[in-house]
Order: sequence, then C-alpha cells, then structure tokens
Amino acid sequence: MELRIDRSGVERCRALAAKIVAPVEAFIARHSTVSVERAVLRLLGVDGVTGDQVPIPNALLDAVPAAVWNHGVALAFGRALAETGLDPAPLGEAIAAGRFSLEQFSETPPAAARGALRPYVEAALKRIGGRREVRERKLAELPQLPPPLLYVIVASGNIYEDRTAAVAAAQAGAQVIAVIRSTGQSLLDFVPFGPTTEGFGGTYATQENFRIMRAALDEVGERLGRYVMLTNYASGLCMPEIAAMAALERLDMLLNDSMYGILFRDINMKRTFVDQHFSRMLNARSGIVINTGEDNYLTTADAIEQAPAVLASQFINEEFAHRAGLPDDQIGLGDAYEINPDLEDSFLYQVAQAQLAREIFPGAPLKYMPPTKHMTGDVFKGHLIDAMFNLTSVMTRQQIHLCGMLTEAIHTPFLGDRALSLENARYIMNAARHFGDEIVPRPGGIIERRAASVLQSCETLLERVAAMGLMHAIEAATFADVSRTPDGGRGFEGVFERAPDYFNPFEEALCLTATVS
Amino acid sequence: MSRFVKPYGDTLDDGKVQLSFTLPVEWSEAADEAARQLAVRMGFTDVQVADGRAIAPGFSFFVVYASTPQAVDLEGISASSARTHAMTMEEIDDFVIERIGRKIRVAGACIGTDAHTVGIDAILNMKGYKGDYGLERYHMFEAFNLGSQVSPEALVRYAKEHHMDALLASQVVTQKGSDIKNFTALGELLEAEGIRDRVVLICGGPRVTNRLASELGYDAGFGRGTLPSEVAAFVAVTLADRLRPAALR
Repeated sequence: MELRIDRSGVERCRALAAKIVAPVEAFIARHSTVSVERAVLRLLGVDGVTGDQVPIPNALLDAVPAAVWNHGVALAFGRALAETGLDPAPLGEAIAAGRFSLEQFSETPPAAARGALRPYVEAALKRIGGRREVRERKLAELPQLPPPLLYVIVASGNIYEDRTAAVAAAQAGAQVIAVIRSTGQSLLDFVPFGPTTEGFGGTYATQENFRIMRAALDEVGERLGRYVMLTNYASGLCMPEIAAMAALERLDMLLNDSMYGILFRDINMKRTFVDQHFSRMLNARSGIVINTGEDNYLTTADAIEQAPAVLASQFINEEFAHRAGLPDDQIGLGDAYEINPDLEDSFLYQVAQAQLAREIFPGAPLKYMPPTKHMTGDVFKGHLIDAMFNLTSVMTRQQIHLCGMLTEAIHTPFLGDRALSLENARYIMNAARHFGDEIVPRPGGIIERRAASVLQSCETLLERVAAMGLMHAIEAATFADVSRTPDGGRGFEGVFERAPDYFNPFEEALCLTATVS
Repeated sequence: MSRFVKPYGDTLDDGKVQLSFTLPVEWSEAADEAARQLAVRMGFTDVQVADGRAIAPGFSFFVVYASTPQAVDLEGISASSARTHAMTMEEIDDFVIERIGRKIRVAGACIGTDAHTVGIDAILNMKGYKGDYGLERYHMFEAFNLGSQVSPEALVRYAKEHHMDALLASQVVTQKGSDIKNFTALGELLEAEGIRDRVVLICGGPRVTNRLASELGYDAGFGRGTLPSEVAAFVAVTLADRLRPAALR
C-alpha cells in the first residue's frame, strides 16, 4: 500500500531536525562524561571488580580528580601503560588496588602515551570488527525468516532461567530475544559484573550475562537453521559502556534513544546527549541496530494527540543517529500500537501512523511496539488487540516486531504466554503476508487524511523546537508534557568539558574510518 | 445468613472453570493424561483436557475445562481495602478544587536501601500504570518523586521542609523484613518530629496490604495492581475529611 504524502513537508521536517540537532552536536563535541571514559577503559581491556564489588573502570575514574578526566582518561592510562609496561587488565587491577595512582605517571609525553595505547585500540577495533564479520557470516549461513522479525522479551531476573525461556521462545518462532534489565539499572552509574541470578522485573545487563545468552542463542540458531538475534539496553546512565560490551559480545540490537532517558528517567540531558553520541558511534562500527523509544510518548499520554511527537522524535533520532555515523539500516525507529481500542476506527489511525513512518523512513528497520496501555488483565481481549497489532505490522511492513503478550499488565511473560503470542503473530502474518500489497488506501480517505494531519502537526512541532532550541524545548515540556532543565536530573555531575588536549582514542579512530568509508 | 456461590458455566452451581497451564514435558498422550490427573489432584471433577500440544521442545501447553466442588460463603467475606473511592483523574482534580481549594503536595520515595522504584514510579510519574496517569499529571497535585534509596530521615526532613500533605513510602524488597523495619522507622520518626498527624501516610509495594498498613499505624496500604487514581482519591478524600471543621465530621 502507499499513501500520497507531502514529500516537500517531509524534506522540511528533515531540514528542521538537522537545525535542531546541530547546536546539540556542537555541545557534544566540547564535552565528555564519566560513562564515555569508562567505556574507553573497557574497550582497552579494563574489566572486573574490586573486593567491594566496584567495577574497576569506576574505581579508576573515581580515584582521580575531575581535572584528570578533562583530558580524557585514556591519556593518563596511556602514560601508565608506557611507564609500567603492564597490560590494561592487570594495570587496571593494580591501580584499583591502590598499588599505583593514575596521577603518578606524568613523565611520559602525550605522543608516547598515545603510542602505548595504540595496540590495545587496534585490538579492540579488530575484535569488534571480527564480531561483526561473524554476525554477517552467520546471517548468510542461517538466514532469518522474513520480517516482521518476531521479537520477544525474557525477564526472569535470573540469567539461567532467561536462557531456558529464550531458547524455548526461539524454538517457538522468536527471531529476536531481548533481555529486559532489572528495574533501576538505568539509574545505576556503573555496570554490574558477572553472571547474575537476582533481579527485579528483569535481569542485570552484565558482560557475562551477554556472553551466556549469546552462546545459548547461537547454539539454538544452529539447530534451527536460522540466526537468533540478541538485544539489550544501551540506555540510562551507562549507555556507552553497554554499547562497548555489546560490541565485544556480538549483540545484534540495542535500545538506544537520544531523549528517552531525559524525559522518562530524569537523566540529565547533557549527559544523555553526550552518551548517546559515543554509544551510537560504537553501534555504527559494531553493526548493531538501534531501537529508539518513541513508544513511550504513547504510553504516557493520549496516543492520538501524541502522534506528531512520535514522528518528530523519529526525525530527531534519525538525525542524531546519522551524525554518529549510523546508516539507515541500523536505525530502528520506534512506534507503538497504543490508540484506545474503544475508539471508532482506531485501527485505521494505527495503520495511518505505521504506514506514514514506513514511507518517510524507507531504509529504516522500523521497530513496532505492542499495545500495553490498554491491556487490562483481560487476557481474551488482550489477545484480540494483539492480533490487530500483528495485522497492522505485517501490512505496513514493519521490521522489528515486539510481540504483544496477552498477560501484559499481569506479570512478566510466562513461557506459555510467549508461545501463545508467537502463535498469534505467526498466524496473522502468514494469513495476511501480502495484504498490504493488495490494497490502496482510498485517496482522501480517513487513513490518508490522518497521515497528512500528523505530518503537518509534526512540522509545526519541529518548527517550535527549532526556534527554542532542543534543550529549552525540553525544559518547556514540549515532549511528553515532561519538563527537564539542562542542569537537572541524574548524572549531571558526570558531565565535563574537554580540555584542548582531550583524547579519546576510539572516537578518533571511529571518526577517521567513518570519513574514509 | 449464608450465601454460597460456585463458578457458573451454563447452569447454576455447575462449578465450571477454565484453566490453562504449561507443563515442562514433551507433548504426548501421556502428557494430556498428566494434565488431567493434575486437575483432578487440584480437586476438580469432570476434567476435560480440551487442548494439549507442544509449544517448545520439552514444554506442552494445556487448556482444561473442569468443575469445582468448592463454594464460598459471601457472607463470611470481608476485605480491608483503601481502594474505595473510585474517581477519575478529572473527578479527583475537581474534588480537590472544590473541597480543598489548593494543590495537594505529595512526596514519594523508595525508602531504605531499596532501589526498585517501579511501584513509586507507577503511582507518581506522568506515565502512570495501566493507562491510569500518575500523580505528576494531575492539575491539583504537586508530586515529588524522590526516587530510590531515600532514608526515612531524609523523607521526614523533606516532608517538614517542603510542607507535604501526604507521604508515599514504597518497599519492593522484603528480604529479612527490611520493609517492615523501614516502614516502622518512618512512622516513628514522624511521630517523634510531631508531624505524623499533619500528613496522610501511605505505604505501598507488592507485598503491602491495607491490613498491614493499619497495623503499622499508616493511613493506608496499597498492594500489587494499584492504580495512581486509587491513591490520589484516597489522599484527596482523607485530606478533605481532616480539613473539615471538627464540628462537621
């Protein structure tokens, strides 16, 4: 199906998004954060925890004054590498144990410090590149089923239970497994360590948990003859670190939004903007598809009213993603099926919104989120609403399809819930596989008119944001009716200005190769 | 007078129920029989396994219809609940305008070392829960979500300094009775500071019941599945009651 949409309006929206993002990018270029620096240390090979369970990257950063951060922690670490001759991992442990101080190595000139870092930077990039090649090879050998890719979540709190659930879900037809994080992890300013078996409403994202799940999905993928993708969350206060860990452990997708944390988790906006940029640079290199979080606008407020905000956010997310080097096929822009099911023609409005996104972002693997807000615990009605969501998804060619659960709003999915949900999606999508190709929305009909009005309102909204500037627009509660101040929210103390000699070897390497390619 | 009721299928007292469950076994006729026997062991009669099938290697799913011989006496039932004033957000805002005439100030926090803000966020944050908006969205509430790991002392200090009308204390973690300890500490501190009577004091969490709340000396307790509007309505009605001149009470 195809809607007649105002192409010049789309172009104007893109130009406005570029205008909105440009000054924020200038801010980003002048700043770094503790999480960016910790991601650099992790990529260099610093890992593990101290006796008090403090991750060593945190311990290293916490042990030096902010004045050291300003130059980029890599510089100080590079000097320490040069002077001690140790590898990054033992050096990190030694500093964390108090045997050295990062500040004591002041002899080495910057060029030598950079030189000492170089082999480790190259090794990390090689490892990330290798992970990407493995994914590409496996996808060629074990092709996925046609999209929409059926995506389900596991969230037991125990990585080993999650593994059982994930394998069962893959066998029931799931193509993407997301491990939901423990509630509150997004607000932790560190990444927990090791395998974890206790979480609330989800399982901690740790590098070891990534490894455990990756191995299980690879194994079941081999058995099924199709690659099963793994997803986690590069959101919250540790976006860049999660992106680094995901790159090293071959995750395939990451939830990663340029504004979600600001609006819905009260994370400082400067922190988020800087963090999302570096995390997206890493995602670009590792071939990880980001999933943006526009569904949250719809779950917090009326879905009909918020449609223009969703589209505006998609434009802004796209622009930020492009600026970090992500190509279209790695930008999974989000949307959700959240219009009140009791509204007459609600299905038509859903189709209008989904198709509009499809046509405006033709190269993006759109992420479609299921109904949650109007799911009440009535599992029978819920299963029906999910069926309508599945139909909308297949007819508008959404790419990443988070399967709705009939037990939404009751509990985190049972194994049986997931199987019923997958069955529902498989049935509808198979039955209506080419439905979208067969129909033409009536010119000037409800669907087309709705799409046109959303696009127009989106442009008005973007104009307003461009006039105010993004940070002030957020302060003025332009998005999701939530107001956040530029210096408020969590994690602001972890944002700092770069000194003129600031050095982040990965940023430099990724920028360089991005320009070359 | 007793009034016994049983589930209703198509005839009074037929006791019909539907069940569905997953068993961690490969599907086979024997698995169907296992499902049937399980339902029998649950005390059901006339057990019919309507559907049984594999949903994943090693797992089977069943839909079962059966009858229960059990009945309950409606007369003997009482449940303590603070979810008694059903009103929508708009109705609550109107009620506050009319009966209180100013915004209600509410602070909430996950107290002690608990970092699980899912409950307090569901009640306070704009987003709300199950399509029911959180208190931040109400015109007539000023909601302050202090987040996680707030000590009872800090919450009391905040309540005093910022003149709160209501306090919401949330506890998700219940290991070793830590929730009871924290709730108790908060109540005692408010008493010690002499402001217990100035605030509507509410506790919440998946294991909290209204009965527990009254034992702890709280005004109300809200458990799993609580909607923000239920909390808002309770706070508004309770506060309006307290503000009424004594003679009219």
